[in-house]
Amino acid sequence: MKLLTHNMLTSKFMKGVVKGYPLGIVASEVKEVAVDYNPDFVCRMIPKLEWGSLCSAADSIGKLGDLPKELPENIESNQDFLKKVHHLLMEVEVISGNLICPETGRKFPINNGIPNMLLNEDEV
Amino acid sequence: MSEILVFFTQTNILEFKLPELKTLAKLSSVPLTLNENSHDKKNPFLVLDLQSEDDAKRLMKRTVLMRSMYELWASAKTHDDLYSQLAKCPHHLKAQYVQRPDGTFRVKVDAFGKKLQDPDRQDRLDKILGILPFEGKVKLNNPDQSFHLLELYGQAGSKTPDKPLRVYFGRWLMDGQRDQIRHYHLQKRQYIGNTSMDSCLSLLMANQAMVTENALVCDPFVGTGSLLVAAAGCGAYVTGTDIDYNVLHGKGKSSRYNQIWKGPDENIRSNLRQYGLEHCYLDVMQADFSKCIWREQPLFDAIITDPPYGIRESTRKIGSDKNNLVNHEHLQNHVPSCTKYGLTDIFRDLLNFAAKFLKKGGKLVYWLPVYTPEYTVDNIPQHPCLELVANSEQPLSVHVSRRLITMRKHLDYEEARESELQATVSDDHYTESFRYRYFHSAGVPEQKAKADARDEQDPLDRERKVQS
Repeated sequence: MKLLTHNMLTSKFMKGVVKGYPLGIVASEVKEVAVDYNPDFVCRMIPKLEWGSLCSAADSIGKLGDLPKELPENIESNQDFLKKVHHLLMEVEVISGNLICPETGRKFPINNGIPNMLLNEDEV
Repeated sequence: MSEILVFFTQTNILEFKLPELKTLAKLSSVPLTLNENSHDKKNPFLVLDLQSEDDAKRLMKRTVLMRSMYELWASAKTHDDLYSQLAKCPHHLKAQYVQRPDGTFRVKVDAFGKKLQDPDRQDRLDKILGILPFEGKVKLNNPDQSFHLLELYGQAGSKTPDKPLRVYFGRWLMDGQRDQIRHYHLQKRQYIGNTSMDSCLSLLMANQAMVTENALVCDPFVGTGSLLVAAAGCGAYVTGTDIDYNVLHGKGKSSRYNQIWKGPDENIRSNLRQYGLEHCYLDVMQADFSKCIWREQPLFDAIITDPPYGIRESTRKIGSDKNNLVNHEHLQNHVPSCTKYGLTDIFRDLLNFAAKFLKKGGKLVYWLPVYTPEYTVDNIPQHPCLELVANSEQPLSVHVSRRLITMRKHLDYEEARESELQATVSDDHYTESFRYRYFHSAGVPEQKAKADARDEQDPLDRERKVQS
């Protein structure tokens, strides 16, 4: 699971959960893969991100580096910054671990990089 | 203005030709006026009025249904008419293409719906070369200019007339992207399943969804990811969800002939890797489509999907009729049980999903399976935020077909108006399950009798009857 995907996921579908965001990450294996840098795509994704949750997610798996806590201005021309965001969004992958609902603590396991967001039949 | 002749491929998806053409015109901003009612969908030829040759070529960049395009020099009912038109061929064309001793050329004679004999071909060639004395050198392979005489004798299945219905003469401009179909063909695909989408149809769906570079595309019933492959081929970044663990993880039985289990590198990611598109892969997730896992925002540029119909892939969601609690000690490896997820609900959820998660102007493209004798246009689900763009039929059997529906989000979704902004269907097509219809073809007496007889013969069924 890439951090880009993590930023888009919630557990709001669970009974009684109001926001379900952001999901916590407890990772037991994190991998870095090389992905072609595409500044246009990164620029398109940044407005769709919740910046704060990206920072806290990156921090929780020890990949935050020197990323600013506030989204800087004029990002289009800031290649250095875009490359860092690209790395975080596209190249860092959680291979195994758990996603955790912030309100109920329900764990959603990640195996082989694929999160399992299914509930059990007694939870629906 | 120039008249352009389009030669379409002949497949069982004839209804898709014009929607694809219109979409591609929009995608490449080529002004196009089409008189749709005057075009017989079985006719493989269509004449377009375009502003330039360049416009024509831009239309061909992504097409999978147009075979080739020609600059039309003459078109007539009979050969004699055609020849007299060619004799009056404008000077600028002659100067540019005929009186060109430095170039190479060829002239081809092709007939559609009839096999021409060699003497006939030669006769036509001689006539044309008599009228248009090309000065260049003949080169049959890869000439500078290729000229074509195309004759239409009617469709397959009809009786071939002696005289052609229509004859055309034109200069070849460009071929479509039919070779992309071979490039992405399922026979050579790393990982396939029982219901992987054919490469031609996948590419067509990506065209209908107007998928472009750097777009974000989602398939909520991803399966083996064949639609993601087509979208990534257009330069989009792709993601998807599915309820089936084995499909996503590439475990379990293989769908390939002569192979029992799936191999170690059979998964969606390796499918993209096979075509050098791994950089477009974001993620796939195991999720139940009736429970939306995404943070609400206009996220996707396009949603393309082929939901299960309940025939070869079951329609299911998490749930149980029994009121059983999952025992805590079994929780670790518990596989949740599934219950039926009716097609009406699936499509309603799909439209609601698209209304929330497509960005404005984004497209939803999906297949709707129908029982042909009872299908009406009222069966198409509707949503206040979505407008219907195209609806074309692919016949699957005498009674069953599926329709490719293209919808465009033209209105923003507002949380506050949730109760109004809901998907509806004016006439529910699935009051009786599609699966039942498919196997029983109710309403057709002989079919029904046959299906009942088959049920009678079913050994399991007979045993059960004996026991009771």
